[in-house]
Amino acid sequence: MKTNDVILQTVTKVTLFIIILFSIHLFFAGHYYPGGGFIGGLMTSGAIVLLLLAFDIKTVKSILPIDYIKLTAIGLLFAIGTGAGALLFDMPFLTHAYTYVNMPLLGKTSLHTAVLFDTGVYLVVIGVTMTIIQTIGESE
Amino acid sequence: MSLLHLAVISPLLLALLIPFLHKHFRKIHTGWFLLPLPAVLFGYFLQFISVTRQGDTVMETIPWISSLGIDFTVKVDGLGLLFALLITGIGALVVLYSIYYLSPEKEKLNTFYIYLLLFMGAMLGVVLSDNLIVLYAFWELTSFSSFLLIGYWNHRERSRYGAQKSMLITVFGGLSMFGGILLLNSITGTFSITETIAMSNEVVNHPLFTATLILFLLGAFTKSAQFPFHIWLPDAMEAPTPVSAYLHSATMVKAGIYMVARMTPVFAHSGTWVWLVAGIGIITLFWGSFSAVKQVDLKAILAFSTVSQLGMIMSLLGAGAAALHYGTIQDGYYIVAVTAAVFHLINHATFKGSLFMVTGIIDHETGTRDIRKLGGLMNFMPITFTLAIIGTFSMAGIPPFNGFLSKEMFFTGMLRIAEMDIFSFDTWGILFPIIAWTASVFTFLYSMIYVFKTFTGKYQPEKLDKKPHEAPVGMLIPPVILASLAVIIGIYPDVISGRLISPALRSILPALLDDSKAYEVHIYHWHGFTPELFMTIGVIAVGILLYKTLTKWTGVYRAFPEKLALNRFYDSGLEKLELGSLNITRGYMTGFIRTYLVYIFTFFVLALGVTLFYRNAFALDFSDVAPIRFFEVVLVAIMAISAITILFAKSRLTSIILLGSVGYTVALFFVIFRAPDLALTQLVIETVSVALFLLAFYHLPQINRKEEHMRFKLGNLLVSIGVGVIVTMIALSAHSNKSFKSISEYYVENTYKKAGGENMVNVILVDFRGFDTMFEIAVLGIAALGIFAMIRLRLTRGKE
Repeated sequence: MKTNDVILQTVTKVTLFIIILFSIHLFFAGHYYPGGGFIGGLMTSGAIVLLLLAFDIKTVKSILPIDYIKLTAIGLLFAIGTGAGALLFDMPFLTHAYTYVNMPLLGKTSLHTAVLFDTGVYLVVIGVTMTIIQTIGESE
Repeated sequence: MSLLHLAVISPLLLALLIPFLHKHFRKIHTGWFLLPLPAVLFGYFLQFISVTRQGDTVMETIPWISSLGIDFTVKVDGLGLLFALLITGIGALVVLYSIYYLSPEKEKLNTFYIYLLLFMGAMLGVVLSDNLIVLYAFWELTSFSSFLLIGYWNHRERSRYGAQKSMLITVFGGLSMFGGILLLNSITGTFSITETIAMSNEVVNHPLFTATLILFLLGAFTKSAQFPFHIWLPDAMEAPTPVSAYLHSATMVKAGIYMVARMTPVFAHSGTWVWLVAGIGIITLFWGSFSAVKQVDLKAILAFSTVSQLGMIMSLLGAGAAALHYGTIQDGYYIVAVTAAVFHLINHATFKGSLFMVTGIIDHETGTRDIRKLGGLMNFMPITFTLAIIGTFSMAGIPPFNGFLSKEMFFTGMLRIAEMDIFSFDTWGILFPIIAWTASVFTFLYSMIYVFKTFTGKYQPEKLDKKPHEAPVGMLIPPVILASLAVIIGIYPDVISGRLISPALRSILPALLDDSKAYEVHIYHWHGFTPELFMTIGVIAVGILLYKTLTKWTGVYRAFPEKLALNRFYDSGLEKLELGSLNITRGYMTGFIRTYLVYIFTFFVLALGVTLFYRNAFALDFSDVAPIRFFEVVLVAIMAISAITILFAKSRLTSIILLGSVGYTVALFFVIFRAPDLALTQLVIETVSVALFLLAFYHLPQINRKEEHMRFKLGNLLVSIGVGVIVTMIALSAHSNKSFKSISEYYVENTYKKAGGENMVNVILVDFRGFDTMFEIAVLGIAALGIFAMIRLRLTRGKE
């Protein structure tokens, strides 16, 4: 039995991008304003979950053909890689570095290795949430 | 990182490359890539002979966990060098032999050679590291690689059984030894062997001494297959023959002997040590040789023979340790036993290695190792026959081979232990030469059985799978080299005595030999008409007599009750252990998540409650509490009402929504208390988890009609109330007890200064406590994999 969920589907198509954009904003804002990799990642997964609710797993899989386990692994590599990167500069594991640059349009922007680490967190959170939801959802 | 360290870990490094080499050069037998390594290492270690000959040692250190006294220290002294040469030398020959033994089409060569390299590196690590913890790590790695190699043909049930048995017994010993190492460390305060030896006096007089000693010996005895732990070695013969020749005869099983020799300077001043090592050794010697005679499998004969020879070396080390009590070397009168131990160690590696390879050849060319099926092979395999003659005659102690020389010295050592007037050797010591002589008769006997039942007698082609013929040259070269060594050492023993034996002795008995560098071992063939000579003649005479009358007295073996066999004991013990743990597990693993929750929460309540009570940690302090505002009361009321309603909800959907509302209210709390990060996280988490619940909703059983009137369960009520009370108490106490200054000031000060961020929460997450976050996401990943595996595995099983 498939109920008529035109409204939900239509709304989803619009809001999905807003949520994802907002989650990316949250992710980048992390170091200065509320947000960060963890929240951003959860928000993105929330968006995908909305997609799942509005459509079904097969459709979502064809829209986003992502292997979430691999995504988790990539995320972990990011986090560990950032940490190990410090070793190359003869610093303790997970030492971060940052600098400020003046970029066109954006003005004074900070560049931070913590962002790389946070990318790892972001990817892992999406990967883990979606792996769990997808495997449980599929196992009917 | 010195060249020496590189030499020790080079096999492990090469093991990393083997899969690629195997994949890309399929045409070439993977063994060829390995062969250069042990050969080069052998050459490299040979250079050190000139150093150890001078009585010097080489020591290189890489700091590892220096704060705990654990450094990767490599030390080359006489004893370590002797073993390193054995490992690399025999290793090279075994690799060469295996290239012809293992067919590249049928076998998984890559795994085999990776295991072999793993072992080689681990073994080098054991004999060359001066730090006990590092030594222990390598020690366990040898057990581990031995397990993998015994189980190499893992489709065979016997292989798996043998692998498990060796693993259980040797790891049991390894763990005991680890306990010994820790005890020793608590006495001396160091993990360095060199420093421990210097503190020998304190160790011997310490109350924990006996426990330490026994734990160490358990490690050594299990590894070196001493009675009653020897039962794993015969079953380890399921491994491919090159492995048996390498691990289970020449090197790994000698790790226990190495350990005893290495620790002799520390422990040997006690009578317990001397009695245990010499006593267990001599029992093993007798039992091994006695059991070898009844075997019908060639490899089983060699396995028991190895057990017995290891026992012999062990007893010699024990007897030699007694020499320390006399303080001086007295022309080597007492230390002849230790000399014999080291000498026989080398000899055993040569003749037993070649015999194992001969067995492999017979197995390979005839398809069987059963002496009842074999016979008359002399004409088909003349070279193999010659090798077998040299090997067995050396093993039996017949001149002019090297085994004769060490056997004579063994008798000397045993006769002299009976003359000692310490530790009541003057009364019981007489048993040693008697048992030694008896065991030697059996050694002679099984040696003869091995060679003559196989190569002479009636040829029975109908019982063989293949038509026997001589082995390929590559398979013959390694045993030929070993057998030639047996002959050369037999004729010119002084070739090795000054270069290898004397430096090794200096490591075993430093107290006696350090200040007398002039002491050099010389080995003679002819001592005159001594008791030893008559003993040897007696062994040969009685041995021949028993061999001729073999059929008449083998009934003795049947008289031994099966029930008392150690293997029976091991098997039933293992079975009972499995059964017992199964029963215990079944007792509490009900398969219902609610039962597990009760366990978890009961433990939670008890552990925390008891701690709170005993520590007297509960405190109430409302002095700096803000006034409670109206909407806070409202939020609490909403939360409480939702939570209580869940209990009475009639459908799951209602409960999920109510649970969600509890979560969202918590998020509102965070908003009120100005924690935007937490509030955001809580909101999103709540959303996602409600969605997850809805997804899982399909899988949950309907709430039963019968359960609508939820039965009142006192236990559950108590646990729930307990959890609530404990959590409240902890929260209140955590607020009221200000044992130390809050760390938040530090973050406020440094978040911008040191980490260049303004959002403190996030900076803590990714920077100040980045390590935590890293492990947290790792845990998340593991959880996801676990869920994935559980559900997917169940699904595939369901399809079957």
